[in-house]
Amino acid sequence: MQETLIAPECPECDAAVPLGTDARVSEIVECPECRLELEIESVQPPRLLLAPEVEEDWGE
Amino acid sequence: MSSAAARIGVLASRVRFEEKNILTALERRGVACEQIDPRALSVQAGTSWNGPQTVLNREVGHYRALYAASALESAGVTVLNSAAATAVCGDKWQTSAALVARGLPTPETILALTPDAALEALEDLGYPAVIKPLVGSWGRLVTRVTDRAMGEAVLEHLAALPSPQSHIVYVQREIAKADRDIRVLVVGGRAVGATYRRSEDWRTNVARGAISERCPLEADLTTLAVAAADTVGACVAGVDLLEEPDGRLTVLEVNDRVEFRGLQSTYGTHLDVAETIAALMSEKAEAES
Repeated sequence: MQETLIAPECPECDAAVPLGTDARVSEIVECPECRLELEIESVQPPRLLLAPEVEEDWGE
Repeated sequence: MSSAAARIGVLASRVRFEEKNILTALERRGVACEQIDPRALSVQAGTSWNGPQTVLNREVGHYRALYAASALESAGVTVLNSAAATAVCGDKWQTSAALVARGLPTPETILALTPDAALEALEDLGYPAVIKPLVGSWGRLVTRVTDRAMGEAVLEHLAALPSPQSHIVYVQREIAKADRDIRVLVVGGRAVGATYRRSEDWRTNVARGAISERCPLEADLTTLAVAAADTVGACVAGVDLLEEPDGRLTVLEVNDRVEFRGLQSTYGTHLDVAETIAALMSEKAEAES
């Protein structure tokens, strides 16, 4: 487990979402409370957005 | 989102397990690298690009991946995989046609240019057969058609969809597989790892809950996977193989922006996929400088 850097609020349910010290912009994390996928918009200062919905052409 | 200092870019709007580990592996190697978010990317044709000259394409959206690769290549950037490889891998028909042209085994496939013609194709192939969207992944909208009545119903739905591409129908013989397929990871012309993917669902996509187990890298499997990746021009590829009832291997598809979380967890410390990809990228960047 990465040491927790900070825990910004989930934009949906306001729960604290712990981010590791290795957090990166555009990284996808999950809210521990509401389970929504969130995108790290900024690390310093820490800001979260709702992650984009899956689109039809997504994949590998 | 570009910097003249970074030598390698990782093109990705979503930084998942794979992208994060590749960026970390590049940093560990001391390579100046950066994430390039295609949502903020625009490139003028024919002009030089002020960002990294070697870019790994990890964009999750097929069309954004394809056009970003094409745009960056027009600006002189080396993109892995190339736009040409993404165009072939991202379209199931292009992949089938390339595999057949190379003489590699792949399930019999018919491209029907209208839903009506697809009904005849289903009759020719026999049931059960599989209808797949030309573009798509994770097993989405892949439909197993068990008889003519079901075929008629599915095709009626396709005919009602608004996109012209939906009316071009990819029909494939179903391989009566046990409960698994094989994913082979090819990096730089070498098969570096393979997993069985087991599922009770007839689609064995990890995205649909399939379980990964380590698969021995035997010669027939690695030779076929490397040939398939080469056929579509992919330096980094996830090649999906199926076993025919008589044991022969056949190539189902090649993934150009391969997800490898399942394979990595299967291998544990015996293989570092992100590091293997980072090493290839470093080599390419070195060759470009």
